[in-house]
Amino acid sequence: MNEQGYWSIFLDAALINNFVLAYFLGICPFFGVSAKLETATRMGGAATFVMLVASTCAYVINMILEAINAPYLQIISYILVIASTVQLVEMLLRKLSPATFRALGIFLPLITTNCAIFGLALFQTNKGYGFTQAITYALGAGAGFALALVLMAGVREKLDLADVPQLVKGTAAALIVAGVLSMGFMGFAGLGR
Amino acid sequence: MALKKTSPTDEFIKGLWRDNPVFIQVLGMCPALAVSNTAINALAMGAATTFVLVMAGLSVSLMRNFIPREARIVSYICIIATFVTCVDYAIMAISIELHRALGAFIALIVVNCLILGRSEAFASKNNPGRAILDGLGMGVGFTFALFFIGVVREILGSGTLFGVELFPEGFQTWTIFVLPSGGFFAMAGWLLVVNWIRQRQDDAAKQAEETAREAAS
Repeated sequence: MNEQGYWSIFLDAALINNFVLAYFLGICPFFGVSAKLETATRMGGAATFVMLVASTCAYVINMILEAINAPYLQIISYILVIASTVQLVEMLLRKLSPATFRALGIFLPLITTNCAIFGLALFQTNKGYGFTQAITYALGAGAGFALALVLMAGVREKLDLADVPQLVKGTAAALIVAGVLSMGFMGFAGLGR
Repeated sequence: MALKKTSPTDEFIKGLWRDNPVFIQVLGMCPALAVSNTAINALAMGAATTFVLVMAGLSVSLMRNFIPREARIVSYICIIATFVTCVDYAIMAISIELHRALGAFIALIVVNCLILGRSEAFASKNNPGRAILDGLGMGVGFTFALFFIGVVREILGSGTLFGVELFPEGFQTWTIFVLPSGGFFAMAGWLLVVNWIRQRQDDAAKQAEETAREAAS
């Protein structure tokens, strides 16, 4: 069992080892959905939500796999259970809270098999987090993902108005901005330990 | 099933340049950036992904008539996850050091959008032979792209290539290229080069067309 404190887990996932800018997880939605500030915020919320679900699932599956001594089923069972649970939660949400569903709904299927979600499940298992620690880790990772997305969207909205050479427009410009953001996040490295 | 008539070699070649997965389609970015900090890691990751691409393409193509449409994505994910597990354990057996360097990113091949994308867009509609060629082409194209990024990052970031020192003593390494942000910059640089070449090709084609039209009139 890992003995790390909650606050340090949260900071570690959100800032120091930010999923997008340090681990390169969830790059696709990071570039795809970060053109507008509003969609970026909602995507961040949806991702945090799915991460919480995935983290819970991964914890339970890991317990079962350890009990039956079948670690080689880890990859396949994680991805299947997470994908189907998110589907289930999506249906529940549509029934119970249509308002939340409208805000997050369209993003849920998009992020189900996102590498950030799957990576979270793997990392928390590798680090040996207990249940509450895993939930904290998921919250931190979600917050970090949302933060990176919102920052990126802010920059890209401004970039739309700037005079960018034809050659650099699009993905190349987004990558350079991401590189600069990532450099900024390196400053948080001192927070750890 | 209406198919474009393309030669088998074309299925292979298109992954290398015209539809290069990383530089043109911008798929599979996570591993392309995350494990390309040295050339050898990039090659290993490329080889692992190629294997999964080919095997998943073959299996999906063989089973394309048995998989019901509604359950196809789930089936593809199961197939891909199986092969990823094989690769994961194979790498652990071959070199534990490499396994440690690549870490969770081997398992993350399973969510690489490139593989699911090729299964859905190509292998599910074509015969096994073509699916293998397509997977191989895409895999080699992916490996190339990773390797190019890896070479730049390793030479500038640690002053070595495949672990061999390249520069005399006084060389100051650009540590930034080993760190995450260097991945973004190296990738952006290569994208610019690719864009530039493609723009030149387009311009040349347009010019040739115009001169042909002038000659005709």
